[in-house]
Amino acid sequence: MAKKETTLLQLVLSLCLISIVAAAGLAAVYTITKEPISISQKQKKVDAIKSVLPGFKGQTQESKILLPNDEDSVTVNLAFNGNQLFGAAVETYTDKAFKGSFTLMVGFDSLGNIIGTEVLTANETPGLGDKIDKKKDANFSAQFLKKNPTEFNMKVKKDGGDVDAITAATISSRAFCDALTRAHSAFLKAKEVSNE
Amino acid sequence: MNKLKILTNGFIKENPTLVLVLGTCPTLAVTTSLTNALGMGLATTFVLIMSNLLISMLKSLIPDKVRIAAYIIVIATFVSIVDLLIQAYVPVLASSLGIFIPLIVVNCIVLGRAEAFASKNSVFDSLLDGIGMGVGFTIALSIIGFIRELLGAFSILGQKIIPGDGILMFVLAPGAFFVFGFTIALVRRLQKK
Repeated sequence: MAKKETTLLQLVLSLCLISIVAAAGLAAVYTITKEPISISQKQKKVDAIKSVLPGFKGQTQESKILLPNDEDSVTVNLAFNGNQLFGAAVETYTDKAFKGSFTLMVGFDSLGNIIGTEVLTANETPGLGDKIDKKKDANFSAQFLKKNPTEFNMKVKKDGGDVDAITAATISSRAFCDALTRAHSAFLKAKEVSNE
Repeated sequence: MNKLKILTNGFIKENPTLVLVLGTCPTLAVTTSLTNALGMGLATTFVLIMSNLLISMLKSLIPDKVRIAAYIIVIATFVSIVDLLIQAYVPVLASSLGIFIPLIVVNCIVLGRAEAFASKNSVFDSLLDGIGMGVGFTIALSIIGFIRELLGAFSILGQKIIPGDGILMFVLAPGAFFVFGFTIALVRRLQKK
């Protein structure tokens, strides 16, 4: 496969040409898929809000809350039935997870009781930490339902709290509590702001 | 070489994963369940076919000195296309395969076939080779994914078939190495006969 000696210009030109064609193809696909991707991402969020606020059919009002000592803000979707506050779906996160961070959608009723949790993105160990997801294991996340973080001590039993940690996944359990605590504080703050 | 032989070469005789032992990273990482293994296998097959096709078409245009760079551009383009398509139309698969789709770029099977086969053979032969290697990769991944899901979660394609939690080790990395190793050994043994 001996080829003719190529000049530098030829090398540069051929690489440029390939890159331009590749970029054009990619741009075309990007334009086609942009719409469906954003729809499916929005749908995912809407589904998550619906699933953590059982029985809710009204409108949600989105606001970003940045808590003191936090780097990232939390998105609070206050849920109203007419003018009546039903509760909120809070998109919260933790950076104390076993594999970096994960995000959750947490539903609260108007008094701040947890009424639903849904894992949005998580990368916890399959079979251990991924039990924070109620689809993988119903027991762990169920213990938070109907609990109010103001009186329920949001710490694993090992740290002196009320939470039964997942066996062999204490870090993920702690991170889950961290995310819930953050969601609750953000919810209280958003509620305060909307009352003013 | 006869056409049928080119096609079936990748299935078992020169299976990219089990005989050539290329692309072990995705093999070990995504085979926690049969669904993931199939998804990864099909996505890689698409990239393999497209990149083999294009590279064999362009082989006379690409100067030898920059061929690897050119191959990588072609492969990366198709991988990005697959990534966007999966995100748009199969979001469930996108969330379970996650980072491993973009990582097909560095899967050495794709670059390996471009360099070893597509750059030296006709367009049609390269197409056959792409299909064969892709199918071989998918078969290998599915076997490993099937065993790991069966033992690790006691389920097949997400359906529980035996009650219980499963043997955790098979879902984790050590289980991947065990199943991978034993599958290679089994294929070697069968080939020797």
